[in-house]
Amino acid sequence: MTTTALPAPGQAPKLHTKKLPTVAFFGVAVVALGLGAALSYGTGIGGWVLALVLGLVLYLVGVFIAVNAVEGRRSARNRTWSALIHSAFVLAVLPLISVVWTLVSKGADRLDGDFFGSSMNNIGARDPNGGAYHAIIGTLEQVGIAALITIPLGVLGAIYIVEYGRGRFTFLIRFFVDVMTGIPSIVAGLFVLAFWVLIVSPWFNDGAPAFSGFAAALALSVLMLPTIVRSTEEMLRLVPAPLREGSYALGVPKWKTILKIVIPTALPGIVTGIMLSIARAAGETAPVLLVAGGSAAINFNPFDAQQGSLSLFVFQQAGDASRFAPARAWTAALTLVALVLILTIAAKLLARRNRIPR
Amino acid sequence: MADRHSRSADVSTGGPGVTSSHARPAGATASTGVLDGQPGGNAPVPPDFRTNGGGLGGGGALPRRKGFGAESMFRGLTLAAGTMVLVIIVAITVFLIAKAVPALRADDANFLTETDWFANESPPRFGIAALAYGTVISAVIALAVAVPIALGIALYLSHYAHQRIATALGFMIDLLAAVPSVVFGLWGLIVFVEPVRDFSVWLNKYFSWIPLFGGDGPFGRSLMLGGLVLAIMVLPIITSLSREVFMQTPTANEEAALALGSTKWEMIRTAVLPYGRPGVIASVMLGLGRALGETIALAMTLGFINEISPNIIKNGGNTIAANIANGFGEAGELGRGALIASGLVLFTITLIVNMIARAIIYRRREFTESAA
Repeated sequence: MTTTALPAPGQAPKLHTKKLPTVAFFGVAVVALGLGAALSYGTGIGGWVLALVLGLVLYLVGVFIAVNAVEGRRSARNRTWSALIHSAFVLAVLPLISVVWTLVSKGADRLDGDFFGSSMNNIGARDPNGGAYHAIIGTLEQVGIAALITIPLGVLGAIYIVEYGRGRFTFLIRFFVDVMTGIPSIVAGLFVLAFWVLIVSPWFNDGAPAFSGFAAALALSVLMLPTIVRSTEEMLRLVPAPLREGSYALGVPKWKTILKIVIPTALPGIVTGIMLSIARAAGETAPVLLVAGGSAAINFNPFDAQQGSLSLFVFQQAGDASRFAPARAWTAALTLVALVLILTIAAKLLARRNRIPR
Repeated sequence: MADRHSRSADVSTGGPGVTSSHARPAGATASTGVLDGQPGGNAPVPPDFRTNGGGLGGGGALPRRKGFGAESMFRGLTLAAGTMVLVIIVAITVFLIAKAVPALRADDANFLTETDWFANESPPRFGIAALAYGTVISAVIALAVAVPIALGIALYLSHYAHQRIATALGFMIDLLAAVPSVVFGLWGLIVFVEPVRDFSVWLNKYFSWIPLFGGDGPFGRSLMLGGLVLAIMVLPIITSLSREVFMQTPTANEEAALALGSTKWEMIRTAVLPYGRPGVIASVMLGLGRALGETIALAMTLGFINEISPNIIKNGGNTIAANIANGFGEAGELGRGALIASGLVLFTITLIVNMIARAIIYRRREFTESAA
């Protein structure tokens, strides 16, 4: 009985099934591309893009047929899906490269001192200069005020959820924090428009609705709050319980334990979350458009009169008819992306360096 | 449990007056009675001792609970901050309704079926039908393109790519999610519109018999352009969440599949995909929420014609959010109310979509903590 399964003496046991050599895949690729090009140009229905697409499809089919013949059906499926997954990846990288390339190449045109040192005040359609100084001021002030409002609120809210909250009510808060992260930014803008600009602000402004940078900061707060609560909550949960218990055992009251033990331990993670949410808020356009109004002149006071912002500047310049506007829009977009990405990368590096061991 | 910061109440160590705040000497009450917070033996118990929780460890050594101290103040503060989220959600609903109702009263047409948006004329005629149609169609195009690609990338990052490459690429995908939507809008408006226009012309030349690609131009700033730009924007959201879920597939499941002789794809199909399905559905729902609510990118790329047409390649298309952003500048008192009314519809839809997504995520406790 045992002998039947063993190979005859002197003959090596066959462990590997037949495999298609790597060269064969290159062969299939070349043939597929050639066929695709022939089809596309030969019939005259398309250019090189169609040739590539046809080539990819033919490659997938060709791989399936070739592997099916040599290695079998299951292996053929495996290889085809693997090729599909890899090509999905390539397909997604293409637009990313295009965005980065155009941002850098077109944004570099106006990357000069004038752009960062002047506003759009008195800049007509025929003027090639003009800058985003007023917009940068607006962005920094609005995001700064929003951060001042949101950070205490968000961190305290997260402390409640993790340290104090029990039962249904806390679950409800957690659930709606998550739901709130998905609220469209335009809705946050409309909310502040309805609540602050149209209903509250007329009391201070002789009955007329007052658009201001502060209103934009309020709208950004609505967007930042859930992300800060969520990330802080996650970080607080990572603080090891023995730290808290040690503190309690020494007779430290709970609120002091939270402030002196739990928060400092989780601080790097909390700061990371805050920076990410600030980066996200800095890029928001729609709420600023609705409640800050936009302005071409420099306005340092966020509580009075209209104010611009960097993202709003991009939006306005993109819609402007002046032939110099696109260059300004691209440079402003490059500045905005640089600001956001520096914040994001710094936050992620900080998180990586100060990871709390679980 | 952590509420009790009980100091040591050992009978032998705690003499009379451990600290001045103690109501009575430590150990004065025996640490036997645990029923209902009543320290055993002593019949007259001050009521504030009972609130200190169970009597384990001799409640007598505990400091007297103050009616209003730092502890309760801090607790109240955090409670207020936590409640803020619920307050904001309710306030959004209340204020949007308050501003929307007068405009809806003045509307001369049926708000739900009217396709035109003439809110600033008299009599005002506006309705959400065409806008809602454009919103749904652009989101559908975005998801139809983004979901397969995003899942492919997620699988590539979790199961195919080398560890180091996967980490670097995952980082890049996260950065892609951080790029502001106005930048994608600008890119779509100036750069991406060219290939899409060429593609539209090509589709129209050979497939005009399909209603989707019919018409006779001009092409370019269409629902397809908006949908494709949206697809690039929701891609990172779907990718990062699905990748998270795929990576959490129990190694035992994967190894079991491989040990039974399955190929890599069969392992993914039998172990990874079924495990990750709720997470994938949730991530698609989150992407849908983002696509429905996206404003600026669509306000910059669409062609703004309010009509319900199956054609997705000719100039035109409008969505609720883009209409708000573009129509706000010239809106008067009533126009603003009308836009707020449309925003209320958008808020309701995205709220429902997000709640469903979160409910799905919450049902799978395994990844509630790590998935964003």
